[in-house]
Amino acid sequence: MKYTLNINGKSHTVDVAPDTPLLWVLRDTIGLVGTKFGCGIGQCSACTIHLNGEPTRACMTRVSSVRNSKVVTIEGLAEESGRLHPVQQAWVDLDVAQCGYCQAGQIMTAAALLRDNPKPSDADIDGAMADNLCRCGTYLRIREGIKRAAGMTAGKEATQ
Amino acid sequence: MKTATLNNSIDRRDFIRLSALASGGLVLGFYINSNGEAQAAESASGPGGSFAPNAFVRIAPDGKVTIVSKQPEIGQGIKTSLPMVIAEQLDVDWKDVTIEQADVHDRYGSQSAGGSTSTPNNYENFLRVGAAARAMLVEAAAQTWGVPAAQCTTASGTVTHSASKRSLKYGALVAKAATLPVPDAATVALKDPKDYKLIGRRITGVDNPKVVTGASLFGIDVRVPGMVYAVYEKCPAFAGKVVSANLDQVKALPGVKDAFIIEGTSNLSGLKPGVAIIADSTWSALSARKQLKVIWDEGKVANTSWDKFVTEAKELSTKPGARVLRKDGDVDAAFKTAAKVIEAEYVYPFISHLSLEPMNCTAHWNNGTMEVWAPSQNPATGRALISTTLNIPQEKINIHLTRSGGGFGRRLTPDFMIEVAAIAHKVNAPVKLTWNREDDLRHDMMRPGGLHFLKGAVDAKGKVVAWKNNFFTFGNAGPGGLVSPGSGGALSPDEFPGRWISNYLAEQTVFDTGWPMGPWRAPGSCVFAWVIHSFIDELAHAAGRDPLEFRLEILGDKDEMAATPPPAGAKGGPAAPYNVARMRAVLKLAAEKADWGKKKYPKGQGAGLAFHFSHRGYFAQVAEVTVSKEGQLKVDRVISVGDVGSQIVNPSGADNQVEGSIVDGLSVLMLQELNIERGRVTNVNLDEYPILRIADAPTKIESHWLKTNNPVTGTGEPAIPPVAPAICNAIFAATGKRIRQFPASRTDLRWS
Repeated sequence: MKYTLNINGKSHTVDVAPDTPLLWVLRDTIGLVGTKFGCGIGQCSACTIHLNGEPTRACMTRVSSVRNSKVVTIEGLAEESGRLHPVQQAWVDLDVAQCGYCQAGQIMTAAALLRDNPKPSDADIDGAMADNLCRCGTYLRIREGIKRAAGMTAGKEATQ
Repeated sequence: MKTATLNNSIDRRDFIRLSALASGGLVLGFYINSNGEAQAAESASGPGGSFAPNAFVRIAPDGKVTIVSKQPEIGQGIKTSLPMVIAEQLDVDWKDVTIEQADVHDRYGSQSAGGSTSTPNNYENFLRVGAAARAMLVEAAAQTWGVPAAQCTTASGTVTHSASKRSLKYGALVAKAATLPVPDAATVALKDPKDYKLIGRRITGVDNPKVVTGASLFGIDVRVPGMVYAVYEKCPAFAGKVVSANLDQVKALPGVKDAFIIEGTSNLSGLKPGVAIIADSTWSALSARKQLKVIWDEGKVANTSWDKFVTEAKELSTKPGARVLRKDGDVDAAFKTAAKVIEAEYVYPFISHLSLEPMNCTAHWNNGTMEVWAPSQNPATGRALISTTLNIPQEKINIHLTRSGGGFGRRLTPDFMIEVAAIAHKVNAPVKLTWNREDDLRHDMMRPGGLHFLKGAVDAKGKVVAWKNNFFTFGNAGPGGLVSPGSGGALSPDEFPGRWISNYLAEQTVFDTGWPMGPWRAPGSCVFAWVIHSFIDELAHAAGRDPLEFRLEILGDKDEMAATPPPAGAKGGPAAPYNVARMRAVLKLAAEKADWGKKKYPKGQGAGLAFHFSHRGYFAQVAEVTVSKEGQLKVDRVISVGDVGSQIVNPSGADNQVEGSIVDGLSVLMLQELNIERGRVTNVNLDEYPILRIADAPTKIESHWLKTNNPVTGTGEPAIPPVAPAICNAIFAATGKRIRQFPASRTDLRWS
């Protein structure tokens, strides 16, 4: 079946089986490999993308259900100029990643959290990030990274 | 694992100048073996006169510095920290350095990232690689100016002669430098550590820009033109054989290009039998697999289960173990006369590595050459296994090393590499093999479980006088029928507190399982430290003593405890001594940082401590916990003090390893357990094998380093062993409940 998808602001037409998870369309068909396969059953959230702005598990999202939804992946999070999203910048500044495999999913969830809640408390962070597993155990730096990104966003708004 | 000496002695080192680049760049190679020269000459120039980047340092005429990182990057940060060592001595600014991941080649020496050895095996060498390149650039400038080299200084990629106020950038010097003799590795002048600008600074990981933008980086991200996608179904029971499969039906499914049986071998770490499905996408292959029906010959492993072994161990525990590991004094006599004798049984299950990037690998069998892209911790063993299994000469196997999405020891075993190579051998295209999570949990190289039946005694003064450990572990029969423990299942005769207690008996019984086992981050240490430091705590409380003071008494006044000499005829020399002074120092500092003994905790809160020496590192940790009346555990703070020698190369990376180890240790303690029945794992995805989530991570982790005048060593493993016992001892202090079984979620922690 042919599907036309809106991914990171660009239109992609793909010809795949209707039950193909968006994850594999992104990775194998389109070649956007930043969205990661971890469990295939929506338990680890390494495959988190934004579907119409909502953090969504790409491994559980059938391509046939995407329709006109706007898909944003980790590759589409930074500004077109290349300027990193504050969460990405905070992740680099604080050296959050260890192996880095879960971090695309962590960053996508954190970016949605900060959009909806610019100054999250520790409990807000633990709640929003609850389903994003990190096997290396970077959770403390993830908390710190979100707070730093919140500070950057606040700073940016203040100067505008 | 406990040798403190460096692997490579200085007199075996040679520097080789690979070649002057056609464009005038300087390339410095460094070889572990003195016969590397021929390799260098052969490999310095690539096809068509291009340059093959095969050395550690490359400086282009425009001044750009490239440092090649030979070790596998698995999340331990080695791709950042070891190049920092070269850059420090070379005296270039970090921002001007580009890091390249090396492919696999003998010219680099060992490229295995295991046993926390990457730093200790390479640190000294890399200091000298950088220093030699710097010395050549200085000499080139000195000759250009006609001044003594000793009058020249370097900084930020520039040589300066202050007296004549002249300076030249490295890029302008490389053509001349490349014609100069290479300094002697043993005598090349090194910077005084007090002048270090880079070593000791917090540096963010070199791959972080790619990690945060989702650029292709990991093994699973590899895409080769014309690539097809494979899945490989193995018998759920370990290493079972294929009898038959509905291949014709599977081959007719959408997107499927081929399906075939691989006979495989009985090697639990090698090519296991199975059915390969080749398709036009990962999803086509996974979908077709759902229609695959295989009749398996499960073999006798189907009669084995964890529960059966536990029952057997409990029955045997009252009798002497199969083998005596260490016997000092007379424990039975000491138990008869002791003031207090206590007994306890500690049990931990098999667990999985669960690297978040599932096992995967890509290979292309092309004109008699096997090209492999591998997320491996130890690619050379993969190359050897491919060579022997498929009868391909090693020189016809090229391995490209990718970043790994977690290692933890799993990727030291090359089973995933031989699988894709065996598949690619039969497919006329590049093939990417992807395991799903179920494959990953069913076919891990598991960390063996264990049971320890302990008996200890204190005298009237509360001093430990006897210690007995009847240990049951798991392994496999080798040639000749001898059953050896799996990785991490061997209790060393010298394991603390062996050697420290005058009446000491350690016995071991190994069950023959047919189950695959392999190294799991700090093998052995991470479970033995939990058992030993939990039981020491039990003895301290039985004696009415403070756990810190009790441990310091056991460690004693000697600064060094010699290793037990190996038996006559044994391979290898004696192990390194245990440096008691280093351990006392980290333990005392951890206690001081935690205000040990000064803080009062209300019921439901408490502190615990533990220490452990492994992988050349001395670590002590204090945990503070809160347990609610409902039995909910929160780890409030963990203080870690480590001594890994005279330098912490990259404190950000080192602290990451400590923070990760503490979360990892807590995750294993609280949650992780493989259910093994009928010779197979029955909990095969994250819904049935949970790991720690962010809300349960410690509120605070404080990582401290005690720098001592000792060789610089690794941090990937030695920080994890004290985690579980420190937390369990804190839980006991808070609640009076002693955790003697992993996972702790099985222990009721409610109190009133």
